Amino acid sequence: MAVLDKMEAQLRPVETLMVPYPAKYITQASGEKLVVHQLTREDVPHLLKAIQPLTTVEKDFYDVVGCRVVSELVGWMRYRVKDEYCLVGTVNGEIVGMVNGRMLTDKIGMSYHTLAIRQGLRLGAQLFAAKMEYHMDFLKQDEVWVVAESPNGFKRWMIEYELEPRFEQWHELGGVPTYVLTRKLWEKHKAAKCGGRRPVPEELLAVAKQMTLPSIYGQIPGYKRGE
Amino acid sequence: MREVGIVGVGHPPFGKYEGSLMAMLCEAAVAALDDAGLKTGAGHGVDQVLVSSMGASQVNRQTGVASALVDTLNLRPAMAETVENGPASGASAVKLGYMAIVSGMCDVVLVVGGERMRVLSGWEATDFVATMLHPEAEYAYGLTLPSFAGMFTRLIMAKYGVTERDLAMVSVKNHQNAMFNPAAHIQLVPDLEAITEDEDALTINPYVAEPLHLYDTCPVSDGAAAVVLCALDVKERFAKRPVKIAGIGQATDTHVVAEREVPTDLFAVRRAAERAYAMAGLGPQDIDVAELHDAFTILEIVEAEEVGFFPRGEGHLAVRRGETRIGGRIPINTSGGLKAKGHPLGATGVSQIIELVRQLRGEADGRQVKDAQAGLAVNFGGFGNNVVATILTREEE
Ligand SMILES: CC(C)(COP(=O)(O)OP(=O)(O)OC[C@H]1O[C@@H](n2cnc3c(N)ncnc32)[C@H](O)[C@@H]1OP(=O)(O)O)[C@@H](O)C(=O)NCCC(=O)NCCS
Repeated sequence: MAVLDKMEAQLRPVETLMVPYPAKYITQASGEKLVVHQLTREDVPHLLKAIQPLTTVEKDFYDVVGCRVVSELVGWMRYRVKDEYCLVGTVNGEIVGMVNGRMLTDKIGMSYHTLAIRQGLRLGAQLFAAKMEYHMDFLKQDEVWVVAESPNGFKRWMIEYELEPRFEQWHELGGVPTYVLTRKLWEKHKAAKCGGRRPVPEELLAVAKQMTLPSIYGQIPGYKRGE
Repeated sequence: MREVGIVGVGHPPFGKYEGSLMAMLCEAAVAALDDAGLKTGAGHGVDQVLVSSMGASQVNRQTGVASALVDTLNLRPAMAETVENGPASGASAVKLGYMAIVSGMCDVVLVVGGERMRVLSGWEATDFVATMLHPEAEYAYGLTLPSFAGMFTRLIMAKYGVTERDLAMVSVKNHQNAMFNPAAHIQLVPDLEAITEDEDALTINPYVAEPLHLYDTCPVSDGAAAVVLCALDVKERFAKRPVKIAGIGQATDTHVVAEREVPTDLFAVRRAAERAYAMAGLGPQDIDVAELHDAFTILEIVEAEEVGFFPRGEGHLAVRRGETRIGGRIPINTSGGLKAKGHPLGATGVSQIIELVRQLRGEADGRQVKDAQAGLAVNFGGFGNNVVATILTREEE
């Protein structure tokens, strides 16, 4: 056991202390409140149940994003990724989307994925903005490296934030073209893209933390949980 | 003069289409032929096929679309033409189908409108649509349709007191209607307070072209819609009772918007509607349901005035009073309109006419206007420089 522990200790990355992301809420066009809060490793198995159904959906590259998110979260949960974090979005306590990423260095953020489960409200875009907010305003980093795996992502991040192409620097996600959110770009787009209020009223946060699993996936017509 | 009716409609859902432009057009066409009780292949009975599309050649790199559709659907040797008249292509194609029948050249015409524009990013789509503006006087300066609509809205607001909240009310109404239309692209009802007053309103409902917000503009949609027209003297060939095309009017205005005498008037809408009313022998008071081209919410308000539903400058007051809702004095955009149903350019005019057919047949389910007898559709091309108005009436047995 002692030998294994030592081995395990050698396998685990050295972690940097990261300031937590303070939860916030954003009123949606539907009038509902999207609550964004940070997860812990202990929450991962539950979140995976919300993501797993999407790992076989080819449309809009949910399969690629879903599978990678699962592996990144398991990697984080089992101490095989350094300085990763995950923010989840809930509406009325139901998981509607998530974002994750990690700190590459204290100055550079590595954005991993944005996955919107509920579609139509542009929740994904708001979760992406929350992720950038975490890197820039709370972790106080200089820049975030971003890639897109789907045309939807490309339109929302590369085009709308006017991300700087920096193809000579390889992002961790398979060496696809890297784009960068610099502080200058963040300051330019933040006001229009990043909404929300703090603190989240206690009751609202308590409901958010229930994290019920989605019963409907627009991406999977006729989906029934457990089948 | 020979009379013309609509005996078949096909309207697959608008939104995002995964297949090719041709596959999408075929789906709509087959649905319309089915509805009319027609088959493809030998003895199909279709004399002419018209396809309306604004961007097939520019966006999808395909020309000769109508000829290709005829062959794909095995409708040879029907005559075939593709019609391009900007966002009014759909109603133009129906008008040309009508003329083909009235002239005696054809008995049965299939009109299919379609656009596959989700292959473009939002900005590319805006740029492509802007190619219908004047190349030197407008497009070259970066003008786009949303920017025109924004400037137009400012003038209307200053002149008549229309507010952003009035526009949002139009949006909410149309989204509510779309919830009863399974073919609508957006199935979500925005909350009026959330998109106007809430602290987060500008994040979730950002300005697109101030003072117009996201929820004032139509989404970018793929979609196709088809109708089968026939001469009423051959109506016995078909399964369904025809809905009559009672009037069609079309009018043009200056290409350069700045050259218009009164920039807040939509002259071509007024003129097209007057012509359609004259042909139908009806007036605005006879219309029970209308589909007005609300690519931007402001257009629904101003078009409603130009077609004579309300005095100029008072359309927004009617919205406040709920007169344009289902159950109100003159329900507008029961389908969800371009705002919520979506606006696949070449399909839009055909889709508007299909909504009227459904209303007049009594097949509009949860969005049915009680006992609708006459409907008006306005399909708006350019920034109002080419407008087609169509009036349909219920044919009694
Ligand atoms: C990319 C992604 C995160 C974007 O999510 P999002 O911002 O929540 O996007 P939404 O689907 O809510 O927003 C788009 C919707 O806004 C709505 N919309 C667009 N224009 C509108 C308008 N004028 N009025 C009202 N609503 C409108 C539409 O419903 C549109 O949906 P559609 O694209 O299906 O037509 C999401 O598509 C996703 O998770 N994809 C799979 C994973 C992925 O690609 N991740 C990114 C990798 S880089």
